Amino acid sequence: MSTMTMTTVVAARPAMSRHEKWARRGPLLPALVFTLVLTQIPFAVTLFLSVQRWLLLDGSVPSFAGFQNYLGVFQDEVFWKSTGNTVVMTGGTTIACILLGLVLAFLLNQQFPGRGIARTLAITPFFVMPVAVTLFWKSAMFDPSFGLLGFFSRSLGLPGVNWLSEYPMAALVMLLTWRFVPFAMLILLAGLQSAPQDQLEAAQMDGAGPFRRFLSVILPHLRPFIELAALLLAMNLIQTFGEIAMLTAGGPAYGTTNITFYIYLKAFNAFDFGMASALGVVALILTIALILPMLRLLSGIFKTEGR
Amino acid sequence: MSQRTWKKGLAATVAGALSVGVLAGCSSDAGGGEGGEVTINVALAANPQMKTAESLIADFDEKIPGITVTFTTLPENDLRPAVTKDVATNAGQFDVAMIGSYEVPIWADRGWIAPLDEYASKDEAWNEGDLLQPIVDIVSKDDVLYAAPFYGSSSFLFYRKDLAEKAGVTIGENPTWEEVRAAAAAMEDEAAGISGICLRGLPGWGQNLASLTTVINTFGGRWFDEDWQPQLTSPETTEAVQFYVDTLREYGQPDAAKDGWEGCLQQFSQGKTAIWYDDTVFAGSAIDQAVDEVKPNIAFAMAPTGPAEVPSGWLWSWGLGITKSSKNKDAAWKFISWVTSEDYIALAGEEAGWDSIPPGSRASTYEIPEYLEAASSYADLTMRSIEAADPKNPTVDPVPYTGVQYVQIPEFVEIGDFVSQQIAGAISGSQTVEEALDKSQAFALNAVKDAGYLK
Repeated sequence: MSTMTMTTVVAARPAMSRHEKWARRGPLLPALVFTLVLTQIPFAVTLFLSVQRWLLLDGSVPSFAGFQNYLGVFQDEVFWKSTGNTVVMTGGTTIACILLGLVLAFLLNQQFPGRGIARTLAITPFFVMPVAVTLFWKSAMFDPSFGLLGFFSRSLGLPGVNWLSEYPMAALVMLLTWRFVPFAMLILLAGLQSAPQDQLEAAQMDGAGPFRRFLSVILPHLRPFIELAALLLAMNLIQTFGEIAMLTAGGPAYGTTNITFYIYLKAFNAFDFGMASALGVVALILTIALILPMLRLLSGIFKTEGR
Repeated sequence: MSQRTWKKGLAATVAGALSVGVLAGCSSDAGGGEGGEVTINVALAANPQMKTAESLIADFDEKIPGITVTFTTLPENDLRPAVTKDVATNAGQFDVAMIGSYEVPIWADRGWIAPLDEYASKDEAWNEGDLLQPIVDIVSKDDVLYAAPFYGSSSFLFYRKDLAEKAGVTIGENPTWEEVRAAAAAMEDEAAGISGICLRGLPGWGQNLASLTTVINTFGGRWFDEDWQPQLTSPETTEAVQFYVDTLREYGQPDAAKDGWEGCLQQFSQGKTAIWYDDTVFAGSAIDQAVDEVKPNIAFAMAPTGPAEVPSGWLWSWGLGITKSSKNKDAAWKFISWVTSEDYIALAGEEAGWDSIPPGSRASTYEIPEYLEAASSYADLTMRSIEAADPKNPTVDPVPYTGVQYVQIPEFVEIGDFVSQQIAGAISGSQTVEEALDKSQAFALNAVKDAGYLK
């Protein structure tokens, strides 16, 4: 219905002259130029660098290298490993966040005393700095000698788990999930609050149990909210850096190195700017290929205001 | 010429674009003081000794008025990229930079830092002859001093006297790795949550690889032979790595692949491990931070030796260099001279405590009665470890590189990081030592071929 209203408004707008159009666009130009300068120039420079051989430490001047850097990227075992890690880390954390976020949102949508406080507490992890979170988890949670997880398993008489050596990826996903669940929960809670009460009542009258009501009424209603949450989460998680640097330094054996961290290692540890730039370009292409279908989905959400 | 300038400008732009945020907060031209006032920018690593220096700057202001010193203190890992970017692109942000001994000869070779010989010979009060020769050697290039050593260090063994006594083992002053391993096995106390030994497991060329390389040396292994052929799968190297990994997996701290020196320092000072092999400079920190039951029981021994019986302590120094792009080189030297002088060491001892002075740089430090008293358990061993280390001949067979716990070539960072990741994989058990070394050998071979060392 509202789509129709909007179309009417657009149609009713009087046709503007060129001059008028530019009078409206004009004030936006500085912002546009600013954005272009900040985003496109570094991108162009990265593209240029990606076909150069430029190792800062060996003292040579940059020289044209053709597509050798790209060839190097594709032949680099660690690059493929870090790509796989990025997918596992992003996908695993997104799914875990949506599932846990859904449960939390359901619980926090119930009426109970102290709900406001519970909601505030539930979203706090999202507002703590990543470095602080990671240092805390490293020494106060995962550490077998000093950590809480080790304490629990000892008091249950079980052997301690060497989280960061043996299950580094699982540990990383746990930490990221803890940090990002509140974000998923917030979006899903908003979705739940706008659940169609009339339909739920009708379903109840027709004898649908709570499970059936969830599956047939609430879940279809929540679908665009879940999609939105998943997209925003994936976009955030794909850039994970601080957690990896502080928790495992990408190891062991590159087991937790994602593309972002690998680019950092190439650029600021080995100072191989050519290779790092090529990695950046390839990573960008991969990310776009991954995000584009999801963005299309999202624009669909905005156009139809839910299906 | 113009193309070079253009490329330099580009380099600065790119490096800036690549690292937005790293340096946010440091202004590049803090100068512009009034009346001949000079401002110098100093980049320091955020280690305890350097924080002490920062807090004592009032003494410098008093002695040499007219120079304002602005500090940029960064964690070691951030300092390296920030300073490298600055000097390599001639950006001129820092006048004085703190540089590790691995970088000094490389940077000198590139002309990124200024030679200090002239300043040093003119500055008699600084007393160049008092500096420890092995430390001077590693912060020089072709016998020209390029960085003034702030502190120097080697590696040795930390252990708990009380636990050794309880387990009925003695650790001599010159132990072998076999003895240390046996002692770790005896001192391990699972019920009390005390591991036998703490060794670095965290990936990074300056982390697990530093400790491991000294073990490889003393087992008779080496990184490269005289023709730059990598030797990572040689029987000696394999045996050493297997020994390191096995010891760590059997008697080491739990979850070992996550601990660098920071983690081991915590484990040791909190009484969670019985033996620790690490840098001599942490002796003061370990005693300082130790819990009450640990503090009186800390003892030290020389770096353990292996079958090849090579003295295996490493050699490291944090030095202060003047960047080529600095416009205030004289003022920069005045600051360096102050912070690396005998007077400063005495001042730091009196003001901040004798455990937190920068050690291992000057012979005179080891003649200060107060220091010898405060550091009686480790001062002499530190000095002897530094003197025993030989970066030119780190192992039995000749090598084409210098460096005890590193290989003095620019490519080593990349090779070392790769190898250290594979070693961490072996420590965590996700691959065998053979697999780790095979991959490392292939990577190192590729890298030295690519760089043109190996024809």
